Amino acid sequence: MSTLTEAPPPLAPGAPESKPPKRRGRFTPYWLLLPGILWLVVFFALPMIYQASTSVQTGSLETGYKVTWHFATYWDALSAYWPQFVRSVLYAGTATILCLLLGYPLAYLIAFRAGRWRNLIMILVIAPFFTSFLIRTLAWKTILADGGPLVGALNSLHVLDVTSWLGLTAGDRVLATPLAVICGLTYNFLPFMILPLYTSLERIDGRLHEAAGDLYARPWTTFRKVTFPLSMPGVVSGTLLTFIPATGDYVNADLLGSTDTRMVGNVIQTQFLRVLDYPTAAALSFILMAAILLMVTFYIRRSGTEDLV
Amino acid sequence: MEQYEPDRLSAAQVAAARRSLTNGRAALTRRSLLRASAGGALAVGGLGTLSACGIPAAGQSQGGVPAEDRSAKEKTVNFSNWTEYMDVDDSGKHHPTLEQFTKRTGIKVKYTEDINDNNEFFGKIKPQLAAGQDTGRDLIVLTDWLAARLIRLGWVQKLDASNLPHAYANLSAQFRNPDWDPGRAYSYVWQGISTVIAYNKKALDGVEVTSISDLLDNPRLKGRVGFLSEMRDSVGMTLLDMGKDPADFTADDYDAAIARLQKAVDKGQIRRFTGNDYTSDLTSGDFAACVAWAGDVVQLKADSPDIDFLIPDSGYMTSTDNLLVPNKARHKTNAERLIDFYYEPKPAAELAAYINYVCPVDGVKAELAKIDEDAANNPLIIPDKAMAAKSHAFRSLSSKEETEFEEKFAKLTGA
Repeated sequence: MSTLTEAPPPLAPGAPESKPPKRRGRFTPYWLLLPGILWLVVFFALPMIYQASTSVQTGSLETGYKVTWHFATYWDALSAYWPQFVRSVLYAGTATILCLLLGYPLAYLIAFRAGRWRNLIMILVIAPFFTSFLIRTLAWKTILADGGPLVGALNSLHVLDVTSWLGLTAGDRVLATPLAVICGLTYNFLPFMILPLYTSLERIDGRLHEAAGDLYARPWTTFRKVTFPLSMPGVVSGTLLTFIPATGDYVNADLLGSTDTRMVGNVIQTQFLRVLDYPTAAALSFILMAAILLMVTFYIRRSGTEDLV
Repeated sequence: MEQYEPDRLSAAQVAAARRSLTNGRAALTRRSLLRASAGGALAVGGLGTLSACGIPAAGQSQGGVPAEDRSAKEKTVNFSNWTEYMDVDDSGKHHPTLEQFTKRTGIKVKYTEDINDNNEFFGKIKPQLAAGQDTGRDLIVLTDWLAARLIRLGWVQKLDASNLPHAYANLSAQFRNPDWDPGRAYSYVWQGISTVIAYNKKALDGVEVTSISDLLDNPRLKGRVGFLSEMRDSVGMTLLDMGKDPADFTADDYDAAIARLQKAVDKGQIRRFTGNDYTSDLTSGDFAACVAWAGDVVQLKADSPDIDFLIPDSGYMTSTDNLLVPNKARHKTNAERLIDFYYEPKPAAELAAYINYVCPVDGVKAELAKIDEDAANNPLIIPDKAMAAKSHAFRSLSSKEETEFEEKFAKLTGA
C-alpha cells in the first residue's frame, strides 16, 4: 500500500539509479493482492493449521493438549461415526437432486417465460432469505406437525404408508424422520440451486431456440440438445452450492430429525461442545472436508468443467 | 492397455510426445518445480507449526487468579446473564431491580444477555481463561455442572464472605453445600431449575402419566415422548425412576440408565432429545409428554390451558444457575455487592415474581405475597418442605467421568 501513496525517497547524491519510478510498479500487483492473501492466511490457513494440529493431539482440559501425532484418532472417528457420514452424503445428495428437479423448471420459467413477472418471481425466490435460517427451519415444524392438515392429507392418501415402507418416515408422522430432514435441506438450499441455474439459462441466446426449431427439432429435442448442454455450468455450480453446505448442515437434522437422522455436522458439534473431545471433532472435520473434496473433484472431472478444479 | 513401444512410433507421434513433455501437462517447467518445492517447504514448515500448536494445561491455582480490583475507582460491574433471566418493566428497556442496585450503591451495571447455552458459552470464554486473560466480564451465570468445571479448572475467583452478609444468611439450606463447592466459597445461586414431567392434556387423550416409566414404556405414547438433551436432567430423572440416587451413583448405575433409555429409543418410544425447543413440540401436541424445565412450564401453562406438569413420586431433579466471578475480573468487589443485593428478600421477591424459577433466598415468601399471591404459594417458585424433600441434585463428575458419560449420552442421542 505504502508504495502507492508515499513519495519516492530522495535520491542520495550521485546515486547510479536514475529511473526509480519504473521499478516501483513492479510490486504493485502483489501489494494489491495483499489484503486478499492476508484474509486467506488469517481466516483460512491459520485455522486449518490449528485444526490439523488439534486432530493429532491428545490430552484433557486439565492436563492440556499436546501434539503426540496420534493419527489413530482419524481411524477411531471414522469407524465410530461412518453411519453419520454415509447419512450426510445420502441426505445431501437426495436434497441436491430434489433441488435440481424443483429448481430447474422454475429457473427455466423465470428465464424464458416469466416476461414482466420475472422480477417478482425472483424476489419471491430470494425473499425467504430475509428471515433467519433458524426461523425458516422451525416453520417446517408447524407445517409438518403431526396433527396438521398436511400430514393428515398425506395419511388419508396413504402416501405415508409408502414412505414408511421406504424407511423415510415412521408410522403416521413426518416430523422427526429422515423425510423431514431431507425436506428441510431441500427447502433451505433451493435458492442456491435456482440462482446459478437462472444466470446460466438467462444467458442463452433465444435465437438458438429459433434455429433449432428451423431445423425441425421438437421442443424436447431442443431442450435436450441445446438448452440443457448450455446450462451445464449452472447445473454444476448449483449442485455444488447445494451439496457442499448441505453435507455439513446440522440445524435441519437437529430440529426436524430424531436420534436416527443425526448427520456428521451434529457429531462434530457434540464432540466439540459437549464431550469436549477436540481431537475427534477436528479429525471428523478433516475427514468431512477430504470426503467432500474428493467427491467434488470426481464430479467436476466427470462433468467436464475442469477449470473449476 | 497397449504396450509402450517407442521404436514403432511415427516421427509425428514422437514429436507430439516431446511437445507434451516440454510444454504440455506433463512438462516439468520452472513453474511446476517452484510449485512442488513450495509445497514441500510448506509441508516441512507445516509439520513444525503443527507441533507448536497445542493447548496449555489449565492453571491449577487455588482460589483463582485475581486482577487488580478497580471496584473503588470504577463504579461499574459487567454482568453477563442468560436471556430472559432478569425482571423487565413494561417498556422492555429497564431492569427495575438492577436500577435499584445502581441507585443505592452508585455502581453502574453493564448488563449483557450473551449466554444462550452452557456449552457454547464455555467454548467462547475458554480461550481467554485458559490463557489467563480477562474475559471482560465481572459476573457470569452458569449451570452447576459448568460452574463445577470452572472451579475445578481454577478459572474462577474465591468470593470474599465479608462482602456477602445477606447471601450468607439467606441462602436456602437446600443449596448450601453442593459437593462441587462446599460452603459456597466460589459461587452463589442465581436461580434454581426444577426438572419435571410436562404433558399436553389434549395430546395425551386420556392416557395416564405418573412417572418416567410411563414415558419410557407406555405403547400408547410411542413416538410422542420427548427427553432433554441435557444429560444430567434426562439421566437423572431416569436414575430416580430406577430407584437410584443421582447424588450418589456408580458407573454401572449410569450404564443401566442409559441402557433403559436406549431401549426406548430403539423401539421408537422417544421421539427426540431437545433443548429449549421442546416447548413448541409440547404446545403443538407433537409431544404428548416430555421431561421439561418447570420455569418454562409455568409460562406455557399461563398461555395454554392444555399444558400441565407433574412431579413423579420418585422425585425430581433440581439444578442451579450460579453466579461466578471469573479470573482476572476487574470489579470483583462490585460483583460481590451485586450478588449480595439479590439475596435481600425484597429484590429477590421482585425477581422471582417476574421470572418464575426456584428462588434460592430464604424469607422471600412474605415479600413475594405482597406482589403476587399465586407465585408465593407456587411450590415451584418457593418450594415447601414436601417439595424440597423430593428434590435431587446430580453429583459432580470428574473430568474423566464427564467425558465418558457425555460420550455415552451422545451415542444415545444419535451422535
